[in-house]
Amino acid sequence: MALLEVNNLSISFGGLRAVDNFNVQIEKGELYGLIGPNGAGKTTVFNLLTGVYKPNEGIIRLDGEDITRKSTIEINHAGIARTFQNIRLFKNMSVIDNVKVGLSEHYKYSALEGMLHIGNYKRVEKEMDDEAMRLLQVFGLDLERDYLAANLPYGKQRKLEIARAMATSPKLLLLDEPAAGMNPNETKELMDTIALVRREFNMTILLIEHDMKLVSGICEKLTVLNFGRVLCQGDTKDVLSNPEVITAYLGE
Amino acid sequence: MSFLTYLINGLSLGSIYAIIALGYTMVYGIAKMLNFAHGDFIMVGCYIIFSVSAALSGNSVVGIIVAIVLCTLLGVTTEFVAYRPLRGAASPLAVLITAIGVSYLLENIALLIYGADIKSFSSVIKWEGVSFAGGQLKIQGVTIVTILVSVVILIALQLFINKTKQGQAMLAASEDKGAAALMGINVNRTIALTFAIGSALAAVAGALLCSAYPSLSPYTGAMPGIKAFVAAVLGGIGSIPGAMIGGLVLGIVEILSKTYISSQLSDAIVFGILVVVLLVKPTGILGKVVQEKV
Amino acid sequence: MNKITKNNLITYGIVIFAYIVFEILMLTGNLSSHLKGLLVPMTYYAVIAVALNLCVGILGELSIGHCGFMCLGAFSSAFFSKATENVLPTVPRFIIAFIIGIGVAALFGFLIGIPVLRLKGDYLAIVTLAFGEIIKNVINSFYIGIDSKGLHMNMKSAMDLNMEADGNVIVNGAMGITGTPHNANFTIGIVVLLISLFIVQNLINSRDGRAIMAIRDNYIAAEATGINVTGYKMMAFTISAAIAGAAGVLFSHNITTLTASSQYFGYNASIMILVYVVLGGIGNIRGSVIAACILYMLPELLRGLNTYRMLIYSIILIVMMIVNWSPKIIAWREKKFGKSGMFGLIGRIIFRRNKEVA
Repeated sequence: MALLEVNNLSISFGGLRAVDNFNVQIEKGELYGLIGPNGAGKTTVFNLLTGVYKPNEGIIRLDGEDITRKSTIEINHAGIARTFQNIRLFKNMSVIDNVKVGLSEHYKYSALEGMLHIGNYKRVEKEMDDEAMRLLQVFGLDLERDYLAANLPYGKQRKLEIARAMATSPKLLLLDEPAAGMNPNETKELMDTIALVRREFNMTILLIEHDMKLVSGICEKLTVLNFGRVLCQGDTKDVLSNPEVITAYLGE
Repeated sequence: MSFLTYLINGLSLGSIYAIIALGYTMVYGIAKMLNFAHGDFIMVGCYIIFSVSAALSGNSVVGIIVAIVLCTLLGVTTEFVAYRPLRGAASPLAVLITAIGVSYLLENIALLIYGADIKSFSSVIKWEGVSFAGGQLKIQGVTIVTILVSVVILIALQLFINKTKQGQAMLAASEDKGAAALMGINVNRTIALTFAIGSALAAVAGALLCSAYPSLSPYTGAMPGIKAFVAAVLGGIGSIPGAMIGGLVLGIVEILSKTYISSQLSDAIVFGILVVVLLVKPTGILGKVVQEKV
Repeated sequence: MNKITKNNLITYGIVIFAYIVFEILMLTGNLSSHLKGLLVPMTYYAVIAVALNLCVGILGELSIGHCGFMCLGAFSSAFFSKATENVLPTVPRFIIAFIIGIGVAALFGFLIGIPVLRLKGDYLAIVTLAFGEIIKNVINSFYIGIDSKGLHMNMKSAMDLNMEADGNVIVNGAMGITGTPHNANFTIGIVVLLISLFIVQNLINSRDGRAIMAIRDNYIAAEATGINVTGYKMMAFTISAAIAGAAGVLFSHNITTLTASSQYFGYNASIMILVYVVLGGIGNIRGSVIAACILYMLPELLRGLNTYRMLIYSIILIVMMIVNWSPKIIAWREKKFGKSGMFGLIGRIIFRRNKEVA
């Protein structure tokens, strides 16, 4: 059984069918790419998968569980974490606190224990600190643990956003144009980070990307969207040599 | 018949709120700030009319003109000195607190010059008004003038915004200051112009308010200012017809609830209306819904 | 000891130090009776400033109706104290009064939070203002009395309560509650302030506090990270209202005649608290306490200047806001004095402007 199974997903805004009959199956451990020209509906697919928009039709299953009309929060708890095209960090919080927000769902104590710093507070906080530091080390952010997130350089902000997503212990990680705004060196580093996430956490990843070099370099499978419809789907090599895809990208 | 009288009185008070709210909504629309001092401009306008009329032994026409001119200058100066330096500040609260400071400042200057005692303001409208149905329904002159003035202002503003270059510049700057500047609009001057119009309207509203409710103190403008802001929010902030509708609704509700329910609770009812409307329509009656893009 | 604990301890230390200084001044007779009368108000304004900063700085929602919650705390607790004045001994009565005042304010904070927190930005602010005014107006038109038959209540007049001869009007409409026992004093005020600080500072450094700040910084990302945005907003707003209620209990047990007047509970009063919070540093809890104390005392100390004092106060306020916040002046200051210049230094000691508490 596929980890993520999407069938006949559709949504319209006004008269426009932004995503039309979208299907995809992603197996556990795969690195899957979602590509397509601007306005093809890629981010809309992400927003549908994470409950920001509710689909008009279709079913989304994660690990067999139907998550179609659940809220963003429930979907995160079910196991989908994401990053955003325009980075959305908790800017006025420290780097480690950003990660600890991600850990909240798995390390609990009561509100009263939190307000009075009694009971489980000390122990659980210590566990959270340790786990957050472990994550920060993986992403090479451990030295910046007390920096304000807003003060990190761009590349590290991207990494922190991924680290925060990973802190929620997802089954599936969605990356929305992780290389946007990056120079070739940063993109290279990002590819390493993504490879690292797969290796360390055995993570299944779905990513949206414009950068063809990045896509062909790391994705195993691709889906190409055009005008909200699936144009082509399959192994990366086959998809990229498909004449329809080349037309869509280069124009006629 | 008495209901009709109250309704017309409500319409008149509502027209005053609407005039203030028009200024409020324009300033908010473009400067994105709660100008808490706006109500105090009304008070300043009233005192100017009061003083000038007294000096000219009752000639209120000159008083009104002087008040409009001075209030306009005051509005532009305040914007330049107190608000403009804080444009682009790290927190939007900075300019809000400054506006509160300006409000305190104006009230205390008035307090120093005129003292805390309530001055009796003689109406700028000498017309007695008209009677219908053999004197059963009497409409005061000030009521009629107020309603007419507000309609004229509304139409003039609509024409100004939709038909003139400066009006279009205001619209553009309230949508997106950066883009407006790139299109060659002088954003600073446009904002100053908006403050000028808003402050002039406050002076007009002050003349009408104090003619209808002739007691003048340094705090005269505060509550009408807040209510006008409520009216602007009720109608959908940034919308000119919205401000008009909001003002009228507020004025009518206030007078009717004062008459038929309780004068003690009328303010609670007025604010209650705002709460109910925003629950149903979170951006006011004619407000635009802006969705944040994910 | 980590940095956060140390920071919290400094805050408690400042409060305790100020307490000791004022106590010594009082014992040695160096404090005029006028100033003595300002001490309890100073503590409750500090408490409500802490409460409002939780709402504005930590949760990130502008409230300009917080004095409404203070009003609820004041009236509910004063009603209880007055009604049981001859029945209960002072200490348990005052403790229960606190529980009632805090509880009622929290309850209304919760109920008002349900509609209010669905709104955004300035719309939310104006609705909090509206609720503050509604609370004040409604309380102003309540008449409640007690006689041998029990509780009587209406919204018309004291006469209409139709009480027995032994009846006692407790809440008399716009005349409010007269003769609430004077149980609050400076020491109790300081204790309440310390407890409020303890709760808020601990909250900030807990799982829930981080979730609340995450919502402030980016609610879309917070949702995607699995944070229950509505729940945490409600939690912060309710706690904030509860603490404002505690300030109200201090208020009503320190005043002979409690009325729901605009001066104390209207939007202007709420705005005054907001001024404390902004000048103290948005999100900086310690700054709120210091700013509340200084800014509350300032006009009172300027009383010698009589008519000019509020004028001077308003000018100081405007100038301080421009100097502290104008982007151009900040840039000029940094060029001239460097980041560690005089302003920077004073800024960092007292008014740390960064939202991060760590």
